[in-house]
Amino acid sequence: MSNQDIKVKDISRKTDQLFTLDTKELPKLPYPYEDWEEPPIGDISETKQAKYETNLDGIMNVQVPIPKTDAEKEQLVAKFLVGLRKLLSKDSNWTFLQPLMLSLDNCVKCNTCSDACPIFEASGRAEIYRPLFRSDILRRLVNKYIRPGGKLTAKFTGADIDLNWETISRLAQLAYRCTLCRRCAQTCPMGCDNGLLSREIRKLFSQEMGIAPSELHEDGTIKQLTTGSSTGITPLALADLMEFTEEDGEERTGMPCKIPFDKSGADILLIHNAGEFLSWPENIQAFAVIFEAAGLSWTLSSDFVGYDSVNYGLFYDDTQYARVTLKHAETARKLGVKKVVLGECGHAHKAAMAIGDRIWLGEANIPRESCMVTLEDIVLNGKIKVDPERNYFPVTVHDPCNITRSMGIIEPQRRVLRKICPQFREMTPHGVHNYCCGGGSGFAIMQSNNFPSWRSMVSGRKKMAQILNAFTREELDPKVNKYVCAPCSNCKGQIRDLFNYYDIWERCHIQYSGLVELIVNCMTDAKEGFIDWEEFH
Amino acid sequence: MVAIQYLTIISVVVAFAAMIIKALRYATAPQSMRWELYPVPHEKGKAEYGGSYLEELNWWTKPRHKDLFNELKEMAAEVILLKGVFNHNKRAWCSSWPFHFGLYLCIGWLVLLLVGAIAESTDVRVTAYGGTVWQVLYYLTAGFGYAGLVLSGVGALGLLIWRSSDAAMRKFSSPIDYFNLVFFVVVAVVTLAAHLTADPGHAAMRSYVHAMITLVPVREVGTLLMLEIVLISLLIMWIPLTRMSHFVAKYFLYHSVRWEDEPNKRGSKLEKVLLGQLGRKIGWGAPHIDSEKTWGEAVTEDIKHE
Ligand code: SF4
Ligand code: SF4
Ligand code: SF4
Repeated sequence: MSNQDIKVKDISRKTDQLFTLDTKELPKLPYPYEDWEEPPIGDISETKQAKYETNLDGIMNVQVPIPKTDAEKEQLVAKFLVGLRKLLSKDSNWTFLQPLMLSLDNCVKCNTCSDACPIFEASGRAEIYRPLFRSDILRRLVNKYIRPGGKLTAKFTGADIDLNWETISRLAQLAYRCTLCRRCAQTCPMGCDNGLLSREIRKLFSQEMGIAPSELHEDGTIKQLTTGSSTGITPLALADLMEFTEEDGEERTGMPCKIPFDKSGADILLIHNAGEFLSWPENIQAFAVIFEAAGLSWTLSSDFVGYDSVNYGLFYDDTQYARVTLKHAETARKLGVKKVVLGECGHAHKAAMAIGDRIWLGEANIPRESCMVTLEDIVLNGKIKVDPERNYFPVTVHDPCNITRSMGIIEPQRRVLRKICPQFREMTPHGVHNYCCGGGSGFAIMQSNNFPSWRSMVSGRKKMAQILNAFTREELDPKVNKYVCAPCSNCKGQIRDLFNYYDIWERCHIQYSGLVELIVNCMTDAKEGFIDWEEFH
Repeated sequence: MVAIQYLTIISVVVAFAAMIIKALRYATAPQSMRWELYPVPHEKGKAEYGGSYLEELNWWTKPRHKDLFNELKEMAAEVILLKGVFNHNKRAWCSSWPFHFGLYLCIGWLVLLLVGAIAESTDVRVTAYGGTVWQVLYYLTAGFGYAGLVLSGVGALGLLIWRSSDAAMRKFSSPIDYFNLVFFVVVAVVTLAAHLTADPGHAAMRSYVHAMITLVPVREVGTLLMLEIVLISLLIMWIPLTRMSHFVAKYFLYHSVRWEDEPNKRGSKLEKVLLGQLGRKIGWGAPHIDSEKTWGEAVTEDIKHE
């Protein structure tokens, strides 16, 4: 079936695969990638194909087991309907019922949101990735199968859809072709939120049917709630790791790099995304060097879950989200800190500060602050000495959607960058109107099957173009080192993969890292060269 | 009273009831989690670039400065000019703005007819002559009526053409969408025709409204005017029964979700409400959730996983 011909009701078609992405149709990237040819996205192994559905687009990030019999299919469809009812119930879904109803009822199908969606645009406008395509499936199912008289009026009211196993198995996959970046919602004249609807669909599958990507569920929240961290680092292993990180940090900076743990009554509890401990220890070191140099009273926690700010529940499951965030709240309460500062992780910010604002209650309602704000205070109020000339190279900033669009934290990081990076420049568009890195809603950690290729070619494509466009042709010369500041652990993971896929270090000498690394790189008391261009990328 | 008057009464009652029910449905939905989206216009000094109070050091210790004027300004621009559509979808705006603005004028027309009808219950005559405020009302009513009908009719026609000619729009348009737009076009055409031919100064319509508010039988009305009244009555009743009543929901979409950034401070009323929510039964059936528990119990129990 050709892309243009696909309609919403085709979601229930009994075909092996509804859509195949033709990578030749993807929009061209800017200089120096105009001639870059994308290979076809690879197939999934036959064993996996025999076990899990690939009937949407042949891409796999959520594993939807194939039912063995028709009876089993029917049971699952019935279960889905039960879940749909719960999604509309005041008890089971008090958390998001109001915004859900509002977005379901009031879309006027104007398609304004389509042009805002990086995935739709970067896929060469693949119909199935249109924001409205996904949300209209949910809307039609509700209108036809839940609302009284829905079946009778379905054809007239546009609730034209059939509910079968194909519909729901494809819907589950489709919910994971959206990064929940909410850029579409910003342009919706009605205020409807297709990102929210994707998330509600994910919730239904996880909370009722037990279907969720293993990276988010078994290896994500379940692992975090059983071992302490989704990385699998236990409190014991953490202590070892930090000892090495401290030593290395001191050696690299020539400055004290003490990482305090469990200091009861400290002013600040800093919580990092545990991914940093393993993948970007320089981020942990930089925080320690800056906080120590600024004389802050701060601590990390080695409490179970309390040292890992990750909360993948945010992306797919309210119950798992709540369990994790309440562990964080409890950690802060036990330590008796004045405030919690969230490290460089966008979704952790949103989980603890924005959504968490409604669930850190009573004694555990400890104030929370973004590290962007804490760092701005340190750098702009002269609590550390900096020499911006040490950062004399082109720098641009990537705005993590969760910190900007969903929380309105835009300027603090910019004021820091303007002060310490003489060649700082913005991407277009930026701030609250940014494009997602393409790794949002858990995509960045999904590394299996053929999903990473899709993530680099499709969901990250707009960001890749934005990054290239932030530099002039002359600057894009590999002789010039350039830096993308991405103050979010997830975004860094995605940008790392994008850069590897497009071989960007070899071709353009662009590298990425966080905000604190740039700060330490220009601290006058630190040894020069904290940013090690060859090693960092 | 005659039959069409009963129809008018029924339509007004149904319309108000439907709008109230709709508003109550949203207003009584449980307090939800926070899900705002920036820019939020009441963020004083920050709204322009999409900033929030979370940009402040120790934000919870500082007084909140809500810029309600800016919020009102933003709402006015949204309601009157359809700013969002203008910024993000100019093609739609070219039809949507005249359509909506025309409808506002039509509502103004009905209100002015009502004012005239009330005035005429006294000794006043609303006419084209006399040099009084009633003469002004006469022309104003006619002006609102004609401008509103032309704009909304042309806008609806434009939307109809757009919906049916653009491939992407066609895919997502259903019979009801076309029906609604055709309904508007027909009402606009019939009403314009009725007034241009039979009631250019809208005096007969004013008499009808007068008869409605005094609940006396209306004097004979011509066929076209009769058709106009029937159609307008049906339309008034129909709008709130469809998603065309999105103006009710839009208030909640913006104020309860998109711009709702009220922080939950310790000991606040909001916190009490939220604590209450934790007593709701969780109900979900996946293996990692005990459906019989309350939210509070389910999300604080220690997870056991094999
Ligand atoms: S979600 Fe909003 S922008 Fe998208 S089609 Fe619906 S009303 Fe239009
Ligand atoms: S939330 Fe982002 S990725 Fe999802 S539909 Fe909207 S714009 Fe596209
Ligand atoms: S990974 Fe980063 S840019 Fe992407 S959605 Fe999350 S915060 Fe936004």
